[in-house]
Amino acid sequence: MTWLRRIALAAGLMLAVIVLNFLLIRLAPGDPVETVAGATGGMSEALRASLTHAWGLDLPLSSQLWIYLSKVLQGDLGYSYFFNTPVLGLILNRIGPTLLLITSSIVFSLVVGIGLGVKASNKPNGLFSQFIMVLSVVGYAAPVFWTGILLVILFASVWPVFPVSGMVDIATSLDASVFKRVLDILHHLFLPMLTLSIIYIAQYSQMTRTSMINTLGADFIRTAKAKGVSERGVFYGHALQNAILPVVTIVGLQFGNVLAGAVLVESVFDWPGMGRLAFESVLRRDYPVILGILLFSSAMVIIANLLTDMVYRYVDPRIRRADE
Amino acid sequence: MTFSRLVLSVVLSLMSITSALAQAPKSGGTLTIELSQAPRHLNAAVQSGVATMRPAAQLFASPLRYNDKWEPQPYLAEKWELAPDGKSLTLHLVKNAVFHDGHPITSEDVAFSIMTIKANHPFATMLAPVDRVETPDPHTAVIQMNSPHPAILLAMSPALCPIIPKHIYGDGQDIKNHPRNSVDLVGSGPFKLKEFVAGNFVVMEKFDQFFISGRPYLDRIIAKVLPDQSVMAIGAEHGDLSLVMNADPRIVKRLVKAGMTEVAKGYEGIGAISWIAFNVRKAPLDKVAVRQAISYALDRDFISKVLHGGFSTPVVGPIAPGSPFLDKTLNPYKLDLVKAEKLLDEAGFKKGANGERLKIIMDFIPGDETSSKIVADYTKSQLKKIGINIELRTSPDFPSWAKRVAAGDFEMTTDVVYNWGDPVIGVARTYLSSNIKPIIWSNTQGYANPKVDELLAAAGQELDTTKRTEQYIAFQKIVNDELPVAWIATVPYRTLAAKNVHNVPATIWGVMSPYDEVWLDPK
Repeated sequence: MTWLRRIALAAGLMLAVIVLNFLLIRLAPGDPVETVAGATGGMSEALRASLTHAWGLDLPLSSQLWIYLSKVLQGDLGYSYFFNTPVLGLILNRIGPTLLLITSSIVFSLVVGIGLGVKASNKPNGLFSQFIMVLSVVGYAAPVFWTGILLVILFASVWPVFPVSGMVDIATSLDASVFKRVLDILHHLFLPMLTLSIIYIAQYSQMTRTSMINTLGADFIRTAKAKGVSERGVFYGHALQNAILPVVTIVGLQFGNVLAGAVLVESVFDWPGMGRLAFESVLRRDYPVILGILLFSSAMVIIANLLTDMVYRYVDPRIRRADE
Repeated sequence: MTFSRLVLSVVLSLMSITSALAQAPKSGGTLTIELSQAPRHLNAAVQSGVATMRPAAQLFASPLRYNDKWEPQPYLAEKWELAPDGKSLTLHLVKNAVFHDGHPITSEDVAFSIMTIKANHPFATMLAPVDRVETPDPHTAVIQMNSPHPAILLAMSPALCPIIPKHIYGDGQDIKNHPRNSVDLVGSGPFKLKEFVAGNFVVMEKFDQFFISGRPYLDRIIAKVLPDQSVMAIGAEHGDLSLVMNADPRIVKRLVKAGMTEVAKGYEGIGAISWIAFNVRKAPLDKVAVRQAISYALDRDFISKVLHGGFSTPVVGPIAPGSPFLDKTLNPYKLDLVKAEKLLDEAGFKKGANGERLKIIMDFIPGDETSSKIVADYTKSQLKKIGINIELRTSPDFPSWAKRVAAGDFEMTTDVVYNWGDPVIGVARTYLSSNIKPIIWSNTQGYANPKVDELLAAAGQELDTTKRTEQYIAFQKIVNDELPVAWIATVPYRTLAAKNVHNVPATIWGVMSPYDEVWLDPK
């Protein structure tokens, strides 16, 4: 029942997202016909009228919304005004690179962040711990586009070991084997992933450190030690398992933020993902594409939250039992 | 002959052979270019703009091509004749040309393409006089026109007249939305489409059955969509791009420093001019004296030499430098603040107690640093000197700005407009009173002068080049005096080529020409 309710809630949320976005994007001045005129270096009045009509922009807003909603419910996201191709195809082309960037960033920041946090909590007042504190404040304060640009400068001019734009080297990847293509993608992935991860590494390391220090002072840790559990067992088996819970919560909640960060990172590194498409589509007033992307990204956030709930049940037996 | 002479002659002949070999075009290699905007699709018959035209000139051949002296050259048409009355153009097509799917290219395809362009291309005046295209035999196409059309030969250029296959696009679907504009595209040009990922890249490969034997030399062209200028510049510096066009002097200097060759030729065709447009329907800009005063207050030499780093040329008329119709005797509006103030005084705009005469809102194209933002900032500081207080209004993005200007909701704005080769195509549209329309790059200034209308109409049908030039000169003198816009400078476009790129396109259409003659030194 709870799951059914959750899914119904999620569907309602998606509907609200669609309607709100539909209205919001139309508040922006300028229309898609204007952008196409801009891209073509001028336009005749007849063409302007025919485009306006073909895209239904001459209908009242309520009819446009109704047509859009009924099409979306049938799984039809419409055609991109700008590219004249189905929105679904455009998004499916771009969703892979975005998911790759986001998931690799989340995994990378979790592994590095928790690792650093645990290490720092070992000696809370030690030099390493202080260092991590400072590093996480800096990492948290620096906006992603700024760190991104700094990394681009560093790796483009000073130390050119990582490519700074795109996802593949198109020229070589056309004739390369699958293995080489994968390597090429990983090579290109490193900098954008690092950029997107820094802020989360800062958060997770800080949070893990604090949470670990608190947990290590708890009664059950003393009990475990009194039972004769080894230092290692206490640290990783008892303390970490408890200390990690707030991190898991925050990862799920932050999925939307990571997605938003990806828009910036994709623009800086020319990563061919959904974020860059979203940014460019806003500039082009390509309503169907923007709405399609927002629909997909809200679905991704909702799914991520559901997954977090499931993971939470797995790592925290108290919740599992409460449900049962 | 002594031994030493023999050795010398052998060495010299060997040297001449090797230098000839060094200059002989080599086949092979991949040319990587940038597209600063994403092409909507690749069918230039129904879509204009550099983003589509650059790849389309590779994918589609056209009846004629141009050299760097405005002279038409044979391409798909090996010969052509313009009738003495200027009302028909006969094209004799080469006999061995085929589309990328092997279908022969016939006069039927030429007729279909020309009528499709006439009906759908954004440049409505380009083929407006064309009535029909007759096809007496498979290799002869006769374009029949209602009135003489001096721009008809230029309209046969690669950038403007791609020959598209009738057997693909003549299937009854709306060609502007035809799926084959982006996918499984069948072209007629030196390169065929391998892959087009919207907003990302275009890969084109050598077409082995291209009708000019031995060409193209390149195996492949990759066009990357790189809207971010700094990302593009970094790529070019690292050798990821081998042929780029750019109009930002700072980036051009960077790329030259990184070892690329700068080519200034090749932008005569598009003839891009930056200007400050006046909404002549609104006071006080409805007064010629005010517009002249503003023009006198701007130092075009300073803009070109300092603000544009010497990369642009000052412009004081509607026709771009490089066009054969340019009037070089126009009033240059040399900086003269005294004269500017006098004009304003005489027009009744006396200085107030605070030294201010007028307040004007000025817009500028967002995202265009070189030709808009810098010019707008400079204009504000200059006009303050003559008592005009400029308030700069920022638009969040291009569509917002375009909407304002198209709707006439502006007083003054920077703008960048292209001549597109012939004044009939790209110049007349912004001065004809019949073209005052709520569309960007029409006569959004609201300017109307019956004499100008008359001259433009006459020159648009005049075949005698001398007479036509006289008419355009008369037109330039009138608008140079009445100033519906204050022209500023050419847009400083440059082509930058990596050192191993030979035959860098430098015709009047520059990078929008076919790259069949471009070749690379093997690395």
